[in-house]
Amino acid sequence: MILRTSCLLILSAALAHGDVPTSLNTILAVGREGKGNEEASLAWRDLVKAGPQGLLSIVEAAGKGNVVADNWLRMAASVIADEAMEAKQPLPVAELEAFLRDTRHASAARSIAFDLIQHADPAKANAIEPTLISDPAQELRRGAVQRLIVAGKEKADAKDEATAKSTYQAALDAARDEDQVKVIAEALTKLGVEVDLPKHFGFITKWNVIGPFDNAQRAGFDAVYPPEKEIKLDAKYAGKGAEVAWQPFETKHEYGKLDFNKPLTMLKDATAYAVSTFDSTSDRDAEIRLGCKNGWKVWLNGELLFGRDEYHRGAQMDQYTLKCRLKKGANTILVKCCQNEQKEQWTVEWEFQLRVCDATGTAILASNP
Amino acid sequence: MNQKVSSISKAAFLTGLLAMAAPACAWASDWPQFRGPNSAAYLAEAQMPVAPKVEWSAELPGRGLSSPIIVGDKVYVTASSGPKQERLHVIAFSAKDGSKVWERHLRATGRTMSHGKTCVAAPTPCSDGKRVVALWSSNDLAAFDLEGNLLWVRGLTVDYANASNSLGMSSSPIIVGETVVTVIENDSESYTLGIDVTTGRNLWKMERPKAANWSSPIVWQPDAASPPVAVLQCKDGLMGVDPATGSRLWEYKDGASTMSSSVAANGVLYAASKGITAIQPAKTGGDPAQIWRSEQMNAATGSPVVMGDKVYIINSAGVLAVADAKTGERGWKLRLKGPFSGSPVGAGNLLAAVGEKGLLQIVDVTAPEGAVVGSLDLKDELAEKELILCTPSLSGGKIFVRSDRKLWKVGG
Repeated sequence: MILRTSCLLILSAALAHGDVPTSLNTILAVGREGKGNEEASLAWRDLVKAGPQGLLSIVEAAGKGNVVADNWLRMAASVIADEAMEAKQPLPVAELEAFLRDTRHASAARSIAFDLIQHADPAKANAIEPTLISDPAQELRRGAVQRLIVAGKEKADAKDEATAKSTYQAALDAARDEDQVKVIAEALTKLGVEVDLPKHFGFITKWNVIGPFDNAQRAGFDAVYPPEKEIKLDAKYAGKGAEVAWQPFETKHEYGKLDFNKPLTMLKDATAYAVSTFDSTSDRDAEIRLGCKNGWKVWLNGELLFGRDEYHRGAQMDQYTLKCRLKKGANTILVKCCQNEQKEQWTVEWEFQLRVCDATGTAILASNP
Repeated sequence: MNQKVSSISKAAFLTGLLAMAAPACAWASDWPQFRGPNSAAYLAEAQMPVAPKVEWSAELPGRGLSSPIIVGDKVYVTASSGPKQERLHVIAFSAKDGSKVWERHLRATGRTMSHGKTCVAAPTPCSDGKRVVALWSSNDLAAFDLEGNLLWVRGLTVDYANASNSLGMSSSPIIVGETVVTVIENDSESYTLGIDVTTGRNLWKMERPKAANWSSPIVWQPDAASPPVAVLQCKDGLMGVDPATGSRLWEYKDGASTMSSSVAANGVLYAASKGITAIQPAKTGGDPAQIWRSEQMNAATGSPVVMGDKVYIINSAGVLAVADAKTGERGWKLRLKGPFSGSPVGAGNLLAAVGEKGLLQIVDVTAPEGAVVGSLDLKDELAEKELILCTPSLSGGKIFVRSDRKLWKVGG
């Protein structure tokens, strides 16, 4: 205890006059399992003491470390803003707006900038928000989309169908969040406009599926079945109680759900796979976003991206985000989906939905049909 | 001396040292964690209003079913907001008048998905009287001093990527000595952490059964001279752990609830196991002996409370049931107006329970068949479909309750 207190005092003395760049570097260095916390705690106090003149540097640092470092920075920025406003000190709103407008900066940093503007000058934030309709940060678009949804409804209520359609269509073009897209799609459908939701979100709908393999005692999750070793669509393998073969399956679900109960019948203790080829027009960063309430694993071009052995706790669109790198040309996406032994009515689902998009949530469409 | 006894002695020694080095406990009127001091949900010497009325209410920036905690003259509450509940809040209010003293914001670094009835601000924060440690269902864990200065922050899903529950997590952390005991148990990457409350770094990490677990750890202390033991609960049973080292001291292996938490009183553990099972762990580390079991004392989602020589639970039908703490013999039953998600709490001879629809009921448990002696209906202050799911908190003869939008101080 005495030793630890001494260490903290020494650290405190060493960083007592830490300048803003030094403090920021200390916070950006926080790592896994709390590594660097002691130093960051002192640096955080130094940042807050530096006051509004360090605010822009704090915002600029966000996104350059990990997401935990962003929380250290976010809280430093908000405390500085709170204290400055209480002391009736001005905040650098114009500089923050200029930073926000520069979309080369990290989304996390720009989001902090917008939050600060909103806190310091709500009228300014209100004026900025509609201009963020095409922002690369998914969360910064939301407010602008919401305004268009409200405007579209007003036009629809006033029977101005042409303007309502164009307003809702503009909202749809920008919307990336499921809850907003649902509202817009329903409104457009009522107005007689067809909405292609799988295309909007980038759901993969055309698959080849194979199964069942065994999942008794939930051992199938770790078992390595032939599709994990090779993808040969004309091959046949020993499955659970019978020979199994790949079969093409196209889902018509508007949110891209592939229900294994349809091609394979309603089974328990079973494992299945789905594979799809995704042609990319370029080498690029991407995200594979998955929703699934069964045990699952996803591979891209033979590389395991992630897996999770949770069963029937719930599923939603974009439940899991798997960052990945698409190569130009054909990419193989393989999904393993395990159904467990539970018999309750709410454990019937044996399905997933998968889409390919960028970090904003904008669909990346395959060049192959 | 066999190896097991040796490790227990060492662990107990370390814990004793830390307990002696620990700061003075929180103020006598503090309610520093889920279900208050020692997770007992009971203040023997305290008062509770019998004619409850709202003294003040304060708007909250987001949802939550975490309980308020009270440390000194402030009430600390967590909340979550945003389209995906990704915005996390800690707010400090003046306990006197409900004015906001400070608020801090984080962004969730873990998954925020949950069942619609619960939300990301489900775990109750905890305090050692010097710091407030807040946990959310996204496994974000942050420590502040009482003035709101950030001491450290962790993203436990960043550290352990498969630790989450798609229904939501709710286990509330506790501070024992210098250790924050944080249960992150779920179907996949399941563990419990002992975290240094000063630095936020791991003291120990224990792999735990792969099964969803919403119950909270508690502290058990066989007597005033013995070091406190952290008691972990999961589907398999209960385990006593040295909070400083994570060493296993004893185990009760006859299963336990993954929702209701256990309670300790007078050195006895009333385990949320097959109803209530009263067990007596040995001070020297032997596995616990069963004193009694009552399968009818089934606390549903809430947790039991021991008041004097009686144990009380509220079952899934909203019936308050009583059993003798020494024998398990059942006594009267009193139907309350439920349903209830939160747990009952007690002060003196009065028990308070708040129903989901906002009815706070005060029960005199010394009345021959138990009697509701006071109530306060908060339903008119709730929005459509808004529920009160929290466990009430007690401090200074007042009751603190929160919903998704409001925090109330109830006196009278």
